[in-house]
Amino acid sequence: MLETLQLKQTPFHARTSRLSLAQNWRRWAGYRVVGSYELSLEHEYWAIRDRAALIDVSPLMKYVIEGPDAARLLNKVTPRDIDRLAVGQVFYTGWCDEDGKLIDDGTISRLGPAQFRMTSAEPSLRWLAMNAVGLDVRVSEVTDQIGTLSLQGPKSRAILNRVCRDTLDGLKYFRCMQTYVGNVPVGISRTGYTGDLGYEIWMGAADALPVWDALMKAGDDFGIAPCGILAMDMARVEAGLFMLDVDYTAATHAWIEGQKSSPLEMGLDWAVSVEKKGYFVGRRALEREKREASAWRMVGIEVGWDGIEQLFAEVGLPPQIPAIAVRESRPIMSDGKQVGYVSTSTWSPVLKKYIALAHLQRPYYEVGTPLTMEITVEHHRKQAPARVVKLPFYEPVWKKK
Amino acid sequence: MSVNTYDAIIIGAGHNGLIAGAYLARAGKKVVILERREIVGGAAVTEEIFPGYRFSEFSYVVSLLRPEIIRDLELPRHGLKILPLPSTVTPMDNGDYLAAWADHEPTRREICRHSPRDAEAFDEYSRVMARAAKAIKPVLSLVPPDPSSMSIRDMLGLLKLGRYAKSLSEKELYRIAKLVTQSSADLLDEWFEFDPLKGTKSASGIIGTFLGPHSPGTAYVLLHHYMGEIDGAFRAWGFAKNGTGGVTAAIAASARALGAEIRTNAAVKQVIVKGGRAAGVALENGDELRASVVLSAADPKRTFLNFVESKHFPDEFVTQIKNFRVRGSSGKVNIALSGLPDFTCLPGETPLHRGAISISPSIDYIERAYDEAKYGQFSKNPYIDMIIPSMIDRDMAPPGHHVMSCFVQYAPYDIEGGWDDQKRDAFGETVIRTIERYAPNIRRLIVGKQVITPKDIERIAGITGGNIFHGELLLHQLFFLRPAPQWADFRTPLPGYYFGASGAHPGGGVMGAAGKLAAHEVLRDWR
Repeated sequence: MLETLQLKQTPFHARTSRLSLAQNWRRWAGYRVVGSYELSLEHEYWAIRDRAALIDVSPLMKYVIEGPDAARLLNKVTPRDIDRLAVGQVFYTGWCDEDGKLIDDGTISRLGPAQFRMTSAEPSLRWLAMNAVGLDVRVSEVTDQIGTLSLQGPKSRAILNRVCRDTLDGLKYFRCMQTYVGNVPVGISRTGYTGDLGYEIWMGAADALPVWDALMKAGDDFGIAPCGILAMDMARVEAGLFMLDVDYTAATHAWIEGQKSSPLEMGLDWAVSVEKKGYFVGRRALEREKREASAWRMVGIEVGWDGIEQLFAEVGLPPQIPAIAVRESRPIMSDGKQVGYVSTSTWSPVLKKYIALAHLQRPYYEVGTPLTMEITVEHHRKQAPARVVKLPFYEPVWKKK
Repeated sequence: MSVNTYDAIIIGAGHNGLIAGAYLARAGKKVVILERREIVGGAAVTEEIFPGYRFSEFSYVVSLLRPEIIRDLELPRHGLKILPLPSTVTPMDNGDYLAAWADHEPTRREICRHSPRDAEAFDEYSRVMARAAKAIKPVLSLVPPDPSSMSIRDMLGLLKLGRYAKSLSEKELYRIAKLVTQSSADLLDEWFEFDPLKGTKSASGIIGTFLGPHSPGTAYVLLHHYMGEIDGAFRAWGFAKNGTGGVTAAIAASARALGAEIRTNAAVKQVIVKGGRAAGVALENGDELRASVVLSAADPKRTFLNFVESKHFPDEFVTQIKNFRVRGSSGKVNIALSGLPDFTCLPGETPLHRGAISISPSIDYIERAYDEAKYGQFSKNPYIDMIIPSMIDRDMAPPGHHVMSCFVQYAPYDIEGGWDDQKRDAFGETVIRTIERYAPNIRRLIVGKQVITPKDIERIAGITGGNIFHGELLLHQLFFLRPAPQWADFRTPLPGYYFGASGAHPGGGVMGAAGKLAAHEVLRDWR
């Protein structure tokens, strides 16, 4: 009765709910997913950075786009050059409205010459269908039909090599392949949301549990841990990856113009191919912005530990930093003037640094620019010294090797 | 000053009259608010028609009550509680239902059961409408400037309006231009395919008007409905504790605390005019009250045609008021029940029973209901907006029992042959029969029912024509044209006589803006 009022369960729920000690559930795109399995995030976080973490990312919206004009549709909707996307390759991309402002972002995998799988954070069927008018292409949502696991961490390849029929050794960064786990056909892409070595594994929802079980069993020797989305949230900031409706507002959700962001402002210059041929949505605005330089830019900032220590020392305390990614807007100042804001900040255990994704006005977004970020020290507002750094904050050598 | 001498006299203790009186008292004026009935509230009243069962007799939800009024008059301190009305459900003829909540995820999932395309469109539609409502909302709290006037104040007002329009993006302007001229059916056809969804959405566009969903202008009324949704956590939208009478009770308590006097059983016969100015009122009981300001919160017809002799107004003004359209188009059936009706699509008790239940299977259903009304009949298959107040506020009915409020459209004021007891009974029966199609056991549960026709609205609440907005929200009756050109600033051609009710800008609903704005204009003239 009224099951629409309950959050949906992912295909892995039977396993994740049993393993979750903290019963710390989070809401993600209408699903219930594990926030953290344990009361502390540390074990799960270090699984990502040192061993292997198994994360249920099934709520990602998924669409299959197929037909003779599939590539044309994607070339029209996204600013990336889909003609350069080979079969077995994956592109990350944002997509825009006519004014060149971001609506959503996700990955596009070319599964065949005329078949693609696209992921998004928000429902995108309507947007794709509207743009597909007159094209010979079929767009179907497959979110509920596909279970998705993200296996992230330096040991992830070794674990997959134990359970997959084919070796993963040849699978390069942002490439995908088809293979089997036991008898279950799976797609594997070398992608993730952590900036570590990692893979995403795609399977039919009915086959979800055997795949989970096989990975957990094979991963045991490597210290695999089921991991919730809170630890992943810390890792994705370290990787310099942003999140819709946290680090930018979808143009379709914005109440006012100022809330919108362009992909260039979000640092996606490399994913905006204005040199590709033909029209794409937002092209003119993005060309103009590329010529004129963006008014804003998302960058990384490091908050200096000395400064934090000093601010806390003034009240007789050691530094107090939340051990979790904080989605709270914080003003960024330069010489007493606000020049931007932080959208997500976190303590980085692997870097031993206090880092944040910041949105800064020109010219403050240049690497090395000294700034201050507002923090509260014993309920009082203080300015902690910080500086602009290059993204990503953390990139292990094995990420792309 | 003698007992019957005041600074200001307010005619009518509906929410607007009470609010105007409270604001004037707050400014230190000696105020009396006169109410012809034995209770205050006007069309925002709660009455115990059957022992133990309390009805919000007329107005039954709060959607637009202005947040600044709630704050200024400290209404929460005086007992105002607005309880959530979280959902709308539309029973379908095939035994299924369509539900919508404020939360977009379950709503999307729910609509997806019926139409995946509409599910995503709904999200975007809601955002677009909320943005348009946000763009229009500031206009509601303006005193409408007169575009033909050359006065500095009107020019400044127009300038402000122009500057505001300029602040909107081109897209927003086009959207608003379209919204104010379009029919709700055309608007909804642009977005959706699923009939019960379109029917339910279109219903908000016809409430209180004598129009069908295919009539141009109804898209604006629909937009009016989104205004309440943008205050977010402030929650101006919902069901008032103790029914809608709870709202006016809080305002009355606030007005009294501020020093206003409220007299019930004090029907006004006439406004006394001396030296070309309003100078007081004569009551039906023969009493005379004096004041240099008289503010009417009655409907425009009574305000200008009944209370004041026409000779005090220009002919043209009188003609305009005579032509002001106040065609009542809706009725109300309030039902006392010995239990919860069992809806075929929602057996037992569910969270959806705490929200609205809408009989609106399609746009065509509502348009057909309108067709009958056009030719002087009540709809045989009417649009009904039901809520079960006792599911939200348990104090509305005895334990285990329930009250049900049914807003019914269309029921024309000018029914063929005129309303009589027989027609009222037939109307009530039509409503029960309509509900029975979706909740077959309702008839067995009925302890008592109160059937209210537009004629009854006029008789009991004193609204001429029985229109719930004191005058339809038609484009030619809005903003600087409400209630008449050049007199939209709450003043009237009779100096000292003011007008601040739903028939004035910005219109109806338990919004209170007219009462508040009128009081401000009174105070401005006082200086």
